[in-house]
Amino acid sequence: MTGMLDMDIMDISTLTPVVPPLATTLAALSALPIAGINWHSVLFLLFAGLACGFAIGVVAADNVVRMALYLVFSLGSTAGLFFLAGADFIGAMQLMIYVGGTLVLLVFGVMLTAQAPLVSIKPSSSDRMLTAVAGASLLSLLLTAAFSVDAWRGPGVGVVPAPSATPLGMALVGVRVDEPPAGTPVGGRVGYMLPFEIVSVHLLVVLVGAAYLARAKRRRTPRPIDALASAMPVEPVAPAATVAPAATVAPTATVAPTGRSAGGAKSALVGGGR
Amino acid sequence: MMGLVLATAMVSPVVSLAACLATVPLLAVNPFTEPVGVVHYLIVGAVLFTAGIACMTLKRNALGILMGIELVLNGANINFVAFASPYLRADGAPTLGLDGQVVALFVILLAAAEAAVALAITLNFYNNHATVDVDRADDLKG
Repeated sequence: MTGMLDMDIMDISTLTPVVPPLATTLAALSALPIAGINWHSVLFLLFAGLACGFAIGVVAADNVVRMALYLVFSLGSTAGLFFLAGADFIGAMQLMIYVGGTLVLLVFGVMLTAQAPLVSIKPSSSDRMLTAVAGASLLSLLLTAAFSVDAWRGPGVGVVPAPSATPLGMALVGVRVDEPPAGTPVGGRVGYMLPFEIVSVHLLVVLVGAAYLARAKRRRTPRPIDALASAMPVEPVAPAATVAPAATVAPTATVAPTGRSAGGAKSALVGGGR
Repeated sequence: MMGLVLATAMVSPVVSLAACLATVPLLAVNPFTEPVGVVHYLIVGAVLFTAGIACMTLKRNALGILMGIELVLNGANINFVAFASPYLRADGAPTLGLDGQVVALFVILLAAAEAAVALAITLNFYNNHATVDVDRADDLKG
């Protein structure tokens, strides 16, 4: 990780003999003050812009499928920010659990509920204005708080070699091997074994509960969605009216749709137990 | 008259934001040549948090509200990781260290659990009401 990020001493003049067609471009680039560029900061700006832009895209989009897509990009860029802050393991977990797990779950939810009128439910314009006012107020409050501490404002020390995954894993099983900050009493720090176990059991209970909540239930009365489906005419009755004699047209034409809808409700009742 | 009040209400946060940014010697860092600091991460976290809150208040789709919650949790997580990082502080300044990373990990796990339960509730609601519009969820209204 640190080797990958330590690119600010990259010397592009060594590349010119290797790639002759790019020589003129690189010569023009070396005239620019590009040698002093801190690539760690540039990558930060890239990922920060992507994360913020797609987060605002989630708010601005009305289509729920687009919102899910923008959320994937925003959370993936956040994982890049975690890598750039030196939290390798957290970034990997962000990619695996959030982007790989939670968002797949969300996309399944979107697909299961994406009936045509529900794909984009538009909020009213007064709601939009109120949200804009509240959001701008909240953002100004948070930024004021962020800028109010002098120690947070200066440039950081940059990339330093620091182990990240091993102390984290050891702390999760209850052993602290990371460097204690100055002034910490010996033995004054505890590991995270108990919270780790609690979170594990919590996750198990929650997933069992979610499976119980989302299970299919056999129901007595047809669901509103089945009533909606059975209320729609399945097949036109006009051909029967043309074939049948005129005296029997009226009863069959009125009876047939109701009989069909009753059959539809019955099949929905059976199908509701899936 | 109503329009004037609304316009004032819309402009005032923007003015206060501009005033707050003008009084601060902004960033004091050239982000292209110097390492970034904690405040850069805090800005990203604030934007994600605000976007999540706006998503939760604006969206009528239950899944949109769920996405807003994910954004809020991620904004908080960015702050935890930023305060834990030794890269972003001046040399020798105290950081949260490992504790911040562990808390961020727990937040990710709890967000996964929360998403599973919320999605199950949403699917149940959809099965019973044939919609995911939260404005229609007024069965308990007295």
